[in-house]
Amino acid sequence: MIRLSRSTLILSLALLLLSVGSLFVGVIDLTPGALLAGDLELLEIFLISRLPRLLAILCTGVGMSVAGLIMQQLCSNKFVSPTTGATISSAQFGILLALLFLPTSTLWSRAIFAFVFAVLGTWIFVWFIQRIQFKDAVMVPLVGIMFGNVIGGITSYLAYKYEMTQALSSWLVGHFSLVLKGRYEIVWLAVPLVVLAFLFANHFNIVGMGRDFSKNLGVPYNVVLFLGLTIAAMITAAIVVVVGSISYIGLIVPNVVAMFKGDKIRGTLVDTALFGALFVLACDMIGRVVIYPYELPIELIVGILGSLIFIGLLFYRLKHGRKAIRLGGGSGCCQAPTQLEGGSAL
Amino acid sequence: MKISELTKRYDGKTVVDAVSFTIPKGKVISLIGPNGAGKSTVMGMISRLIAHDSGLVDFEGKDIGKWKSKELSKRLAILTQSNSIQMKLTVRELVAFGRFPYSGSRLTDEDRAIIDRAIAYMELEEFQDRFIDELSGGQRQRALIAMVIAQDTEYILLDEPTNNLDIYHATNMMKIVRRLCDELGKTVILVLHEINYAAFYSDYICAFKDGRIAKFGTVEEVITKENLSEIYRVDFEILNIQGKPLSIYY
Repeated sequence: MIRLSRSTLILSLALLLLSVGSLFVGVIDLTPGALLAGDLELLEIFLISRLPRLLAILCTGVGMSVAGLIMQQLCSNKFVSPTTGATISSAQFGILLALLFLPTSTLWSRAIFAFVFAVLGTWIFVWFIQRIQFKDAVMVPLVGIMFGNVIGGITSYLAYKYEMTQALSSWLVGHFSLVLKGRYEIVWLAVPLVVLAFLFANHFNIVGMGRDFSKNLGVPYNVVLFLGLTIAAMITAAIVVVVGSISYIGLIVPNVVAMFKGDKIRGTLVDTALFGALFVLACDMIGRVVIYPYELPIELIVGILGSLIFIGLLFYRLKHGRKAIRLGGGSGCCQAPTQLEGGSAL
Repeated sequence: MKISELTKRYDGKTVVDAVSFTIPKGKVISLIGPNGAGKSTVMGMISRLIAHDSGLVDFEGKDIGKWKSKELSKRLAILTQSNSIQMKLTVRELVAFGRFPYSGSRLTDEDRAIIDRAIAYMELEEFQDRFIDELSGGQRQRALIAMVIAQDTEYILLDEPTNNLDIYHATNMMKIVRRLCDELGKTVILVLHEINYAAFYSDYICAFKDGRIAKFGTVEEVITKENLSEIYRVDFEILNIQGKPLSIYY
């Protein structure tokens, strides 16, 4: 019990500190003192820009990492994620279609297009990899990347043809600089979806063990598979429509957490969500500080850090196989049963 | 369990042809036969993993396909060879999945007690917090059996449980199968390649050839020189060791 709550506690605490800190980083000098003194103008900035930005970042980090976790478990492949599973590019395609056919579209109608296409794109991808049994696990994400690029190619072509490239670019590179009160709230949808994912965590685990394994335990394989994929795709689409494309988080965050805590979703979901939020928040703050007073898009920072961590992960796998990292040697043994009990208590 | 006229076709080719037999309760029954004889397909059909084209699998008075999947999973468990686990779950977490048909995600105290007993029965206590992908093949197989014990079903179906195990672990697996039947009163149905394991550890043997049953009966009835030579098309000699008909082929 102690070990479980410790990692969660440390992550929560770090996230809390960083969150509060991030509220006071920006071009306009905003200090807690001035805010408490009742400066209305500053309070307005705080409520319209800073707080929404923080909430969007947290939802993005939580959402993308949990979406990645679900997809990796369901496909039982550690390299599948919203980026490598064509989910993000499908959502972008949906947004482009909304821009083309409904020029006056609101954020909500664009979101609905993104939802539908993200879900369809992910389904097609998984249906395809289920059809063709790949001998090598690395083939699955490669096919996903190719599929994603085909969709991305069609998107770019249409955008060029109808002179939409500029409008679309906002969704191609993820950034938080346009997050303002009143135009980002769709991203909150990630929260109930993550809760839903937690409720079905054991179902996802069982389905990840394979079709026969699920049937033996009376779990309807196809229903749970497509339910899980739908949840992951909806989370992703809700984020893409507000923030744009953010790669790597869904890939590396679940992998890093699983190295320490294993693959039992009930035991890792909270930590994965916290770590994801922490990671995005840290990247965003770096992006805001590096060329102050200007800011770099988050996608750039995440891309650089993410690819480095990803290469590190690959090297670790090569050297140590699939062995888990155990904190504190032998005492790591008392971690698992408490996960189980702690999981059902949550 | 009563199987009648069970048939399965793939792409117009009949792989299981009108198979009928009755599985006696509380016994160990081994399905043997050459590759492609249809034994694994029969196993798949009587465990609802594979749909049958025609015929009937009467399980406790109802066709297997008409059972609710969840109800059936409290009465019949199947382990297939495709259960290669890549997931980083601990032994205990895996065994706990055996209680899923009963309690879903909310384990009760009773479930935990059953999980403890299953782990103890398979002598996995010292491994229970280890990740299954770090265990040896034999230990992993035992962990899966512990899960099936926790699932607490009357029928246990095992598809080639000795596959990929060395002699020591394979023999241990067969002893476990015997104990499941003798001590826990389970009906165990196995698909086996090793004829001598089937002869030594089962009560009944069902031998398949070309999608049909070649022989079904007690070990003594089926394991004879004539039967085996005909089924496998090689020469056999039968030796009697510890009262069991063991075979040598050459």
